[in-house]
Amino acid sequence: MLKQIEGSRAVAEAVALSRPEVVCAYPISPQTHIVEALGEAVKSGALAPCEFINVESEFAAMSVAIGASAAGARAYTATASQGLLFMTEALFNASGLGLPIVMTVANRALGAPINIWNDHSDAMSQRDCGWIQLFAENNQEALDLHLQAFRLAEELSLPVMVCMDGFILTHAYERVDVPAQEQVDAYLPRFAPRQVLDPAEPVSIGAMVGPEAFMEVRYLAHAKQVQALELIPGWADEFRRAFGREAGGLMHTYRAEDAETIVVALGSVIGTIKDTVDELRAQGVGIGVVAITCFRPWPLAAVRAALVNARRVIVIEKTLAVGIGGIVSNNVRAALPGSGAAVYTVIAGLGGRAITKASLAKAFADAIAGRLEATTFLDLDRQVVERVLAREREVRRSGPIAEAVLKEIGPVAARPG
Amino acid sequence: MNAPAIAPALTAQDFKSDYKPVWCPGCGDYTVLASITRALAALQLRPEKVAVVSGIGCSSRIPAYTTCYGFHGVHGRALAAATGLKVARPDLTVLVAGGDGDGYSIGGNHFLHACRRNIDLTDIVMDNHVYGMTKGQPSPTTEPDWKSKLSPAGTGLREFHPLVIALAAGANFIARAFSGDPSGTAAVIGEAIRHPGFSFVEVLSPCVTFRPEQRAWKEAVHPASVAATDDPARAARRLMTDDGFNTGVLYKGTRPAYSAAAGKTTLHPADLEKDFAL
Ligand SMILES: Cc1ncc(C[n+]2csc(CCOP(=O)(O)OP(=O)(O)O)c2C)c(N)n1
Ligand code: SF4
Repeated sequence: MLKQIEGSRAVAEAVALSRPEVVCAYPISPQTHIVEALGEAVKSGALAPCEFINVESEFAAMSVAIGASAAGARAYTATASQGLLFMTEALFNASGLGLPIVMTVANRALGAPINIWNDHSDAMSQRDCGWIQLFAENNQEALDLHLQAFRLAEELSLPVMVCMDGFILTHAYERVDVPAQEQVDAYLPRFAPRQVLDPAEPVSIGAMVGPEAFMEVRYLAHAKQVQALELIPGWADEFRRAFGREAGGLMHTYRAEDAETIVVALGSVIGTIKDTVDELRAQGVGIGVVAITCFRPWPLAAVRAALVNARRVIVIEKTLAVGIGGIVSNNVRAALPGSGAAVYTVIAGLGGRAITKASLAKAFADAIAGRLEATTFLDLDRQVVERVLAREREVRRSGPIAEAVLKEIGPVAARPG
Repeated sequence: MNAPAIAPALTAQDFKSDYKPVWCPGCGDYTVLASITRALAALQLRPEKVAVVSGIGCSSRIPAYTTCYGFHGVHGRALAAATGLKVARPDLTVLVAGGDGDGYSIGGNHFLHACRRNIDLTDIVMDNHVYGMTKGQPSPTTEPDWKSKLSPAGTGLREFHPLVIALAAGANFIARAFSGDPSGTAAVIGEAIRHPGFSFVEVLSPCVTFRPEQRAWKEAVHPASVAATDDPARAARRLMTDDGFNTGVLYKGTRPAYSAAAGKTTLHPADLEKDFAL
């Protein structure tokens, strides 16, 4: 059924249709609307049987999900930003134990300085924690990826994180096609856990594993993710057959077949990039897009196949690996040994800074002209940075950085969000 | 940077920064801010001798609204950050200020251990029985039948009794205040700061936006009928049986405050300047 609803509600409906048995949550913007909608679904009886638990922190949320999942229940939670960081220990625990928990991450920047707006720092900080990570481009895909996530998680017995841009998607009202319960039930079978509490076979989960077996256990976690790479495209096909629309898969391309220049990105910014590419195409520029949906496992072969004929690759990333620059771009480089393509890292949109078509078009033109720096910070105010650095050189006790930048910018921006 | 030899007496206004609070009109936290600044002025402290540490929440915005040193930690970690600050700078008066979510749920564990450690801090929890900043979810002090989007049927869970917990965990000073009574709140906060060791002040501070019914708290509060006791057993009985609206200093313990090794050497701005060779 077509509905004009908020992204958060679309996701909540997808989750409710997936019939989780335990939902736990601690509020944090911009995720809260999702779990509030689920709280209401449980109250109204639309989602039953389901235990909804208000926990005291994200650490507790993930830990409750771990306990529920280990006991064989379909478990779901959602978080963002600081909340995801606070879960970190439990995230590794969930993936190490092979528990098929599904979690939404409403992508938001990480502090300090505190910032509630969108970028991908939160999810990217956990890229190696053993969870599958899927990124939604729009609200329809966010909804669809959740249906696929439960399938994926339970088939592989691995946890899955569905990432959607905070505010840009979570708070945007868009028309989405919400499937009927029968459709979802036909697509997503009842949870048949690989681990249950079985009196015939009592087991203590989470035992100590020494050097004699640790490597093998870790290898199996990796092998499962590699297996996911093989299975995900087929599942996306199956999803298309069941629901009549494209969603998921490892990645997709847009006007990339004959493109000399290819832009790589994840999440909602792909929409802006496609619009920019359309305008450049109209001017005769050979440019296209590779949109990554599955970031972990990293679809190395598919990315290579899509990029190997490009002369240059521009990676737009909403995250910064301090001390090296890009994260996605380094994954892209790993897929392109010997291709001869120049790979540019463009760090953009940190802490919610708008990524405009004009700035993108300029960066693309600079890359094509060979003028773009290998690592570029889109729309960075260099003058402010230079003034803060100059002050640091002059004054030993130059004070906290964020406050120094705010002072340079003036009182408008000085309000904490 | 040297303070003048004879500093003029400061007023509450001197402890207020130029930032205009972004709280909702009528939020209880305005008067808590006013009470804190009044108490600091009454104690004849100076802004540079006070640090205000908080986590995240509406109430946790307080440090920026004062002229004291301010520090925002991550959500729930204010007490731990304040512990580090106090042992590094024992000469400072350290206040911790925040909400019931920050203090009792995500930061609950630090609350227990701060009480137990008994460092000379004053912990002011602005309790509105709700997470205000994230727009109205139940906290550990929320009544079990309070309905919200997250818990449309209420949590069904018994609320925490923070004062009893503080006593059991070893806090050396326990008081309750009401934001609608700024003089009373300022007096309690002043006494809490003067008392050695970990002082816990629970301030009932209504969230008029998500808990408008809390406006009625002004009719419910009443001053404690007996003076503070220093006997934990008596205090336990009183706290266990009180109605949650009994205000004033309820317990003043005699446990010696934690003394940090760093406490033996007091740092002054002049020493710091020497260190930094300015
Ligand atoms: C790790 C983490 N989880 C969640 C949040 C979101 N969050 C910010 S403030 C807050 C609760 C605020 O409630 P309270 O401490 O009672 O303060 P109030 O706003 O009511 O004054 C939450 C859950 C966060 N900032 N960090
Ligand atoms: S939401 Fe509630 S606690 Fe926050 S400023 Fe408004 S009234 Fe105060």
